[in-house]
Amino acid sequence: MGWFKRIKKGVTTETNQKKETPEGLWYKCPKCKTVITTDEHHNQLYVCYNCNHHHRINSKEYFEILFDKNKFTELNPSMTSKDPLQFEDRKKYTERLIDIQKKTGLKDAVTTAYGTINKQNAVIACFNFNFIGGSMGSVVGEKIARAIDYAKETKTPFIIISKSGGARMMEASFSLMQLAKTSAKLAQLSNEGVPYFSILTDPTTGGITASFAMLGDLNIGEPNALIGFAGPRVVKETIGKDLPKGFQTAEFVQEHGFLDMIVDRKNLKEKIAQLIRMYKS
Amino acid sequence: MNYLDFEKPIEDLIEKLDQAIQLGKEGDVDVSTTLEGLEKKIKKTRKEIYENLSPWQKVQMSRHPQRPYTLDYINELTKGDFVELHGDRNVKDDKAMVGGWGTIDGETVMFIGQQKGRNTKQRQYRNFGMANPEGYRKALRLMKMAEKFGKPVVSLIDTPGAFPGLEAEERGQGEAIARNLIEMTKLKVPIICVIIGEGASGGALGIGIGDKVLMMENSWYSVISPENCSTILWKSWEFKEKAATALKLTSEDMMKNKLIDGVIKEPLGGAHTFPNQCYKNVKKAIKDSIAECQSLTAEKLVKIRMDKFSNMGVYNE
Repeated sequence: MGWFKRIKKGVTTETNQKKETPEGLWYKCPKCKTVITTDEHHNQLYVCYNCNHHHRINSKEYFEILFDKNKFTELNPSMTSKDPLQFEDRKKYTERLIDIQKKTGLKDAVTTAYGTINKQNAVIACFNFNFIGGSMGSVVGEKIARAIDYAKETKTPFIIISKSGGARMMEASFSLMQLAKTSAKLAQLSNEGVPYFSILTDPTTGGITASFAMLGDLNIGEPNALIGFAGPRVVKETIGKDLPKGFQTAEFVQEHGFLDMIVDRKNLKEKIAQLIRMYKS
Repeated sequence: MNYLDFEKPIEDLIEKLDQAIQLGKEGDVDVSTTLEGLEKKIKKTRKEIYENLSPWQKVQMSRHPQRPYTLDYINELTKGDFVELHGDRNVKDDKAMVGGWGTIDGETVMFIGQQKGRNTKQRQYRNFGMANPEGYRKALRLMKMAEKFGKPVVSLIDTPGAFPGLEAEERGQGEAIARNLIEMTKLKVPIICVIIGEGASGGALGIGIGDKVLMMENSWYSVISPENCSTILWKSWEFKEKAATALKLTSEDMMKNKLIDGVIKEPLGGAHTFPNQCYKNVKKAIKDSIAECQSLTAEKLVKIRMDKFSNMGVYNE
């Protein structure tokens, strides 16, 4: 018998009343609940040392991990979304954009830049998942297209780090056409013989999987990342039973032949540098 | 005849008309003026309803159970001179995706397209027009063959989406669609796409990269269905009508936003009311489009196609 007894069952705090632990002190792994200081978490490249859970990070962190001395030049840094459809659901799209820009300090869901990885040139387009779920609208499509153009003109290996739920619904058909647009651009890059590595991180689903994420010369997954076309909830509803364990994880996707390799975040820089070298020499 | 909810006034009038005709036959009552009045009224009501369809009503039209499907179009366009081809050469033959050689006025083209079923049994057989990866791979195989023999591709799109099943994921639904996108952007023969009914997201786009992408007047094309959009953004199924409006998914809106190349007129009341008129319009549109594309070199054709899709998008610098 414990000394204390819970009178009410379950979590009784309402979601909007929920208090987050103040940032900047401790990090608790959502998977194994191990607690470490945020400094240590940062040193571990946002990977739990206990269970190897790869925490979701944005372009800022990936660039710091990959680019030498965190030095890089951003491409089209000021590009922002328009509202071509005057889209409004429970909130206006324009308001949604302003709010999320304020909250994240980001302009949109992808950041593109060039720099060196172990002294070798590379262009990276990296998703920011906390910007409307890393969703792809016109800005994401255009920034990726221009990054590809840059890679093509300078003959620099091109990398996309995907972390996105798919197309951005608020730009509807414009979003859908970004799948076509980025694929057309990749076809042009391919014609020039410039290598393209697609890194699929947690999560990579929907229109992202159905376009550039699956079109790498090499497809590389992060451990245990959710990778799929339809989301697991939708698949579950379709088949009307529980999904097998490990369904749509990077390991599952590799086993079925769609990933070349799975690379731990701590080895990512080394591995990419090695691959670029191999494609070059 | 199946009537949609908003067609109720027409249904009522036609019922009255039938009753009047019956009455005229049975008794000595002169019903000719009543008939005339009713017929006029039907005409007027039809015009009023069909000329002012809301986006959601157009979505309903696109799913009308009597609407012509892919194989109906193929059979009419080729006058039966069509040979269906099966299988992706890897896994199986996907019944939701059909394709094969056919001739339009003596010229051979490669047809591909999603096929829906008309009754419960057929619908299951066709998986409701939702293709699996092998469907997209079959379509790609046929397109590559068309390229090899220098024949144009005609893609007829009618799908509520790519199938979101377990095996579809195992066999790489995302990869299959992605592969089609990149291969279709660089295919060296003309590709004419017509959205004949539903054009849902990646499932439609997977066979939807073309030199000419045309939409039937009462079809829809968007990133998600109005129902699913409503569920995600409004957290309820109930706002599908609002979602249909917000998504700007009609042929008119798609044309206005320059995301398609043309709209094919349907007879008043929808494609199913006078299918022959519809086949005629589609045939003309396809023939004109092919002729236009064939006046270009393959290199130029591919460049224009790539540029067209590369220029889609609206943003602030």
